[in-house]
Amino acid sequence: MSTQQSSAERPAAPAPTAVDPPVEGRAARARPMLVRLGLVVAVAVVAVAAAYLRTGGSTIVVTQAVVTGLLLGGIYGLVAMGLTLIFGVLDIVNFAHGALMALAMYVTFVLVSQTGMDPYLTLLVSVPLLFLLGAAIQGGLLNRVMGQPLQNQLLLTLAISLIIQNVLLMVFTGNPQGVTADYGAPLSVFGAVAQAPRVIAFVAALLLAGVLTLLLRRTRIGTAIRAVAANPEGARLVGIDVRRIHILTFAIGTACAAAAGTLVTPFVTIEPLAGEVFNITAFVIVVLGGMGNVLGALVGGLLIGLAEQLGAVYFPEQSPMLTVFAVFVLVLFLRPQGLFGSRT
Amino acid sequence: MSTPTLPAAAPATAPPRAAGPARPLLVLAVLTVCLIPLPFLLPPAQEAVAVRIMIFAIMGVSWNIMSGFGGMFSFGHAAYFGIGAYTSAYLLVNHGVSPWIGMAAGALLAALFGVLTGYLSFRYRLRGAYFALATFAFAEMLRLIAVNSDLVNRSVGFNVPLIEGSSWWLLQFPVGSANYYWVGLLLTAGAVAASICFLRSRTGRFVTAVRDDESAASSLGIPVMRYKLATIALSAALTAVAGVLYVQYYLFVNPDLAFGNAVSIQAIVVAVIGGVGTIWGPAIGAVVLGPLNDITATLLRNPPEYLSFLAGRSGLDVIIYALLLAVIILVLPKGLYGWIRERSRR
Repeated sequence: MSTQQSSAERPAAPAPTAVDPPVEGRAARARPMLVRLGLVVAVAVVAVAAAYLRTGGSTIVVTQAVVTGLLLGGIYGLVAMGLTLIFGVLDIVNFAHGALMALAMYVTFVLVSQTGMDPYLTLLVSVPLLFLLGAAIQGGLLNRVMGQPLQNQLLLTLAISLIIQNVLLMVFTGNPQGVTADYGAPLSVFGAVAQAPRVIAFVAALLLAGVLTLLLRRTRIGTAIRAVAANPEGARLVGIDVRRIHILTFAIGTACAAAAGTLVTPFVTIEPLAGEVFNITAFVIVVLGGMGNVLGALVGGLLIGLAEQLGAVYFPEQSPMLTVFAVFVLVLFLRPQGLFGSRT
Repeated sequence: MSTPTLPAAAPATAPPRAAGPARPLLVLAVLTVCLIPLPFLLPPAQEAVAVRIMIFAIMGVSWNIMSGFGGMFSFGHAAYFGIGAYTSAYLLVNHGVSPWIGMAAGALLAALFGVLTGYLSFRYRLRGAYFALATFAFAEMLRLIAVNSDLVNRSVGFNVPLIEGSSWWLLQFPVGSANYYWVGLLLTAGAVAASICFLRSRTGRFVTAVRDDESAASSLGIPVMRYKLATIALSAALTAVAGVLYVQYYLFVNPDLAFGNAVSIQAIVVAVIGGVGTIWGPAIGAVVLGPLNDITATLLRNPPEYLSFLAGRSGLDVIIYALLLAVIILVLPKGLYGWIRERSRR
């Protein structure tokens, strides 16, 4: 046991990689995807039905919760898509994701208030801008700490997030801002109200999920990204520039956060900390949907949006986030590889 | 103990255990004695900084026991800190119970919570980033429960009532009293001593072995789960002590101050800046970070001529803090103490 003494004060060994989640080799893996999706939908339907029974007569409350939950869930999914890529490919728990999203909100806010642009047109600025910023962050900072213990990457993204948030605070102060635009009367869905910007954001989230999936599945770059996620060493051996793929992946993830940030500006309060709650929710969704799984992130987002809003119906006394965390812990325990956890 | 005897009792020549915890404990004792007269030398205004350093140090040392020595990365030490703070505040404010008893109760509760959540996490084989996110979720859940619970005054939290004069029993002294410093010093020295004894104990050695290679350790017959849970219990109990000290010094606690994400980050940052997995690292990290707030605050209040444009900008102090954090992680990935040790070995 000569190693015991020398190991005593050695710094922590690198944590096991997140790309290789602890999966129990149960039959679950073999179970077809459709069955699992069906199960998830069934559970959601039961939860909604139970909510209707619970509220008795006032079905409108539940309908509104379902509609709001699904629309919000699309946005959650969009934020989580970026995060899940970064988590899956780079193994980084990115705490700067929410701050980057807030930065995109401010980009939109400035453009709209200075030039009177349509908020959705600012996507053309915010998304490329944050794509470049994401590339710079990964290339300039995070690449230097790749392969080091978990806490170093986590703290570095935390530091980045603190810097972004407080620069926003210094420049724009903490006063809440808003972007107002007229998008006509709200739509009516089964008697529930759905505001146009929320519907637009939802549809855009679905579109982006489709684009991202095609990018990952059908292009050379997507194949390279998936290869790096699955086996960085192997990817290096077949001639993939792993460092560049890392930069590209972080940039794409950040661009997703930017798209989400701009899309939500018409209906959220813009403040330096506005991205935090999205960031935390997105972590839940990433685990729920299976790390690195873009479609899983979308479905997970819808589920969490639904859980949050239904939670408010079930437990009106509690914060909706408590429901979200309860779902999170359950998923962590029961299916750490995610509901749709195909191992990459 | 039904533990199979491992060859921890080493060969007769140069037995590793003979060195034992004696030397670092001696260093600690000398350091502590040297620090006792500090309040007579420092201006009283610096006492707040000293107490903050000691709260940081206890948190960093505790985090390091679980995450540095134990390899179980915690992103939710706020849970234990908050349990300690809230238990003692609740007992003192609602029932007039001494904070010393509150400290014991808080430490026990935090240890129980740590063991319970740890058991569940390991039972379901969480590790690495997943374990970190689970601990984060547990702390956030406690925060949300506290915000919505009448038992602990919802988001208002507790104001510890001020009493006239000094009381060792209620752990309250007039503002500026050096007694706070000595209590903090005693608790910090206790935490570092616990960390030293833990590392040199059978449990500590087994836990570092598990950290370095879990499957090898468990194939040697080490009951992995038991030792991991013992480590979490110790770490949680010590963190709770920091929480109690916090409440008794600042006389105020609310859900964000106790269970907020910033508390967990503080514990990690202190340990990482100082050096993860070392005995002295977290304490060094606390000494570096503790005064930082005051330095930046003073700098912003009375900036020198060439920095006058910075006066009164909120947010800048956090930016400086974050920049320092980033620079240390990039330049000294093993922390200050890790760096010093590496340099001195060469």
